[in-house]
Amino acid sequence: MAGVMAVVLALTGCGGGGGDDSSAGSYGFAQAAQDDKAEITVWVDADRTGAVDAFKKAHPDVPVKVVTYDGSANGSNSFRTKMQLFDRAGNGWPDVVFSTQNNDAAWASQKSNGKQAFAAVLSDGLIPQATLDGFTPGSLNPCTVDGKVYCLRNDLAQVVLWYNKSLLGKFGYSVPTTWQEYQALGEKVAREHPGYIVGTVGDAWTPEVFFWASKCQANNITGPKSVTVNTDSTECKRAASMLDTLIKNGTTPNISVFTPEFVKKYSGKVLVMPGPAWYAGAIFNNPQSLNVGKGELGVAAPPAWQGEPAVTGNVGGGTWFISSHSKNLKAAAKFAEFVTTADDYQVNVAPGYPAYAAAADKWIKKQESSGYYATDLQAIVKAGTEIWDGWGSGIFSQEAIWAKTMTPGIAGGKNLVDLLPQWQTAIKNQAQVDGYTVK
Amino acid sequence: MTAVDQSTRPAVVARRRPGGARPGGGRSAMSYGFVALYAALTVAFGILPTLYAVYLAFTTGEGGFAGLDNFTKVIGDFRFLPAVGHVAFYLVIWLVSLVVLVTLLAIVVHTIRWRWLSSSLRLIFYLPGALAGASSVLLWLFVLDPTASPVGGLLRFLGLDSFVQVIVPGNLPPIFAIIAFWTGAGGWIVIMYGALNNISPDVIEAARIDGAGTVQIAWHIQLPLLRKWISYMGIMSLAAGTQLFVEPQLLSQASNAVVPNDYSLNQLAYQYAFQQNDFNGAAAISLLLLVIALVLSAFFVMRGGLFETD
Repeated sequence: MAGVMAVVLALTGCGGGGGDDSSAGSYGFAQAAQDDKAEITVWVDADRTGAVDAFKKAHPDVPVKVVTYDGSANGSNSFRTKMQLFDRAGNGWPDVVFSTQNNDAAWASQKSNGKQAFAAVLSDGLIPQATLDGFTPGSLNPCTVDGKVYCLRNDLAQVVLWYNKSLLGKFGYSVPTTWQEYQALGEKVAREHPGYIVGTVGDAWTPEVFFWASKCQANNITGPKSVTVNTDSTECKRAASMLDTLIKNGTTPNISVFTPEFVKKYSGKVLVMPGPAWYAGAIFNNPQSLNVGKGELGVAAPPAWQGEPAVTGNVGGGTWFISSHSKNLKAAAKFAEFVTTADDYQVNVAPGYPAYAAAADKWIKKQESSGYYATDLQAIVKAGTEIWDGWGSGIFSQEAIWAKTMTPGIAGGKNLVDLLPQWQTAIKNQAQVDGYTVK
Repeated sequence: MTAVDQSTRPAVVARRRPGGARPGGGRSAMSYGFVALYAALTVAFGILPTLYAVYLAFTTGEGGFAGLDNFTKVIGDFRFLPAVGHVAFYLVIWLVSLVVLVTLLAIVVHTIRWRWLSSSLRLIFYLPGALAGASSVLLWLFVLDPTASPVGGLLRFLGLDSFVQVIVPGNLPPIFAIIAFWTGAGGWIVIMYGALNNISPDVIEAARIDGAGTVQIAWHIQLPLLRKWISYMGIMSLAAGTQLFVEPQLLSQASNAVVPNDYSLNQLAYQYAFQQNDFNGAAAISLLLLVIALVLSAFFVMRGGLFETD
């Protein structure tokens, strides 16, 4: 983390210019005239309305107006779209915005068409340094551009290894600790119990689960406008060839976990599955989805590549932004700090694993005491600190690129190893269109 | 053929106003009123936005003059040529099938003697078009998913077991053409039917007496007299088709981006405006689309004799 910071700091001045002139306001950007009594407008998605309710209960003196929107989810990009329209109009910005995506800092920290960057700098005094230091190490990486922090992370989405304890016991298999063992398990399952699966490759976040965890250099954001892409490395090829084997033998189907097809075919057939922390509530412990029963679901540390320390990937995890145009920065900062750090929301209400370390510990204890899981959840806590920092958060969506270039290829029976050059070209093209210098 | 041409004359002449007399004053005021409303809306929602797009296309984000930079930028974009190809391929499939099938179906329905059958067929053709664009695409999302589709058996017979296999890039132009045909053809069949009713029975009768069969009548009489309507249909469908947006956009969201969100030119313009905050590039793409559509429409107008008065 510190290393990355040093690199990013060393890369200042590569076009675009991150923060504003620090002479301009006490927090490092040009401010609007402040009014401590002004109402703040907060944009949240439907799942985050609980955060607003918790804040209103704790701070009834701060006037808050809530606007619900789609949280920029599923590639709608509505957060950026709307802010750009406000930029054109010159007014109308909300004071605080929640986004389900974790790559919005890439654009929100930058001037656009000569207009002031939307996101307020948080690390120059607006949010106390002690609060920023309380977040899980590395969790603010997606919010950090040029060494300055532009958003607060709501939740982490570290990838862990989910498994069905009773099924594994029944078949007499053990939990894989390396990717080599994971592949061997997949091959064994295909031979001995065809129809059971050890993961999926049908979702757009497949690269974040398998390639990120293999240290594949597909998304190495080295500065605000520079990226290095090399999918020709051993790290990328080993993940690709492992998946090729498992796709061919049917143990990692090319089907999205959010399709009726998946639920119909694989309920009760998921033996192990590498996936983000939020799979617990979204897929396993969800009557609409796999509906895994109490005491069956276990969680293990993400597998390592043999002889290397374990690193893992991350799939999403929301972010909170404060507008640099806010007329009441004090209240906006109070709100953003509350919803990311206070137990009233992060521990008691929030569905995902909190990015704020103290809240995360309490949240895990609460989950463990529910009695649903077959194991303790310490693997999730540990994985939260093992997210590899060589995979950045650029403006462009890696998920969209994977979905349009790789998913149809897999469906057409092509090998991932052979598709790697095509993937690299697609990433480079998209990055260039978004104004990145590509290496 | 000359005999037929001669015989059409009287019917057409009869439709003209005797002596080309000017209509009454009251009616002309009324017609100006109607035209004024239309003109006002065209200016507000057609011409002014177009002029604004022209202004944007030749300026930079900061408002300076950009020359042709925006155009070279979008044409040089790696997504531009594929998008042109996608739209062109889709248009060819769709326009050809639309013109051929609609005309054929309209003539077939028109020759049916039983009134009840003819009218119920027209209703059946028309029904899918009564669904608004986006909702009919949503319906198709189910049809295209082998696990949920009423024609799932057929899809599996074609070797397509999953939604992703159905929507691989190669299948998209025919899929969009089928969706567009299904939603748009019914209305055109009804219009063509009306046009066929307009052909004077005397002409058809004369042809029959001369010994023409159904096919000959269709080929030598009905088709030439439908030419205008067919070119009108061509222009309207072309204008709609070059703006392909709703189908790929919804499919893109439904398939979690497996169908790319930059598949068509209009989507690319949308990406420029709202993904890259480049309204100038978006305007340049829109202008290119406008020029292409105008050129192709002009071709149809020339070939179809749309503005010829009888």
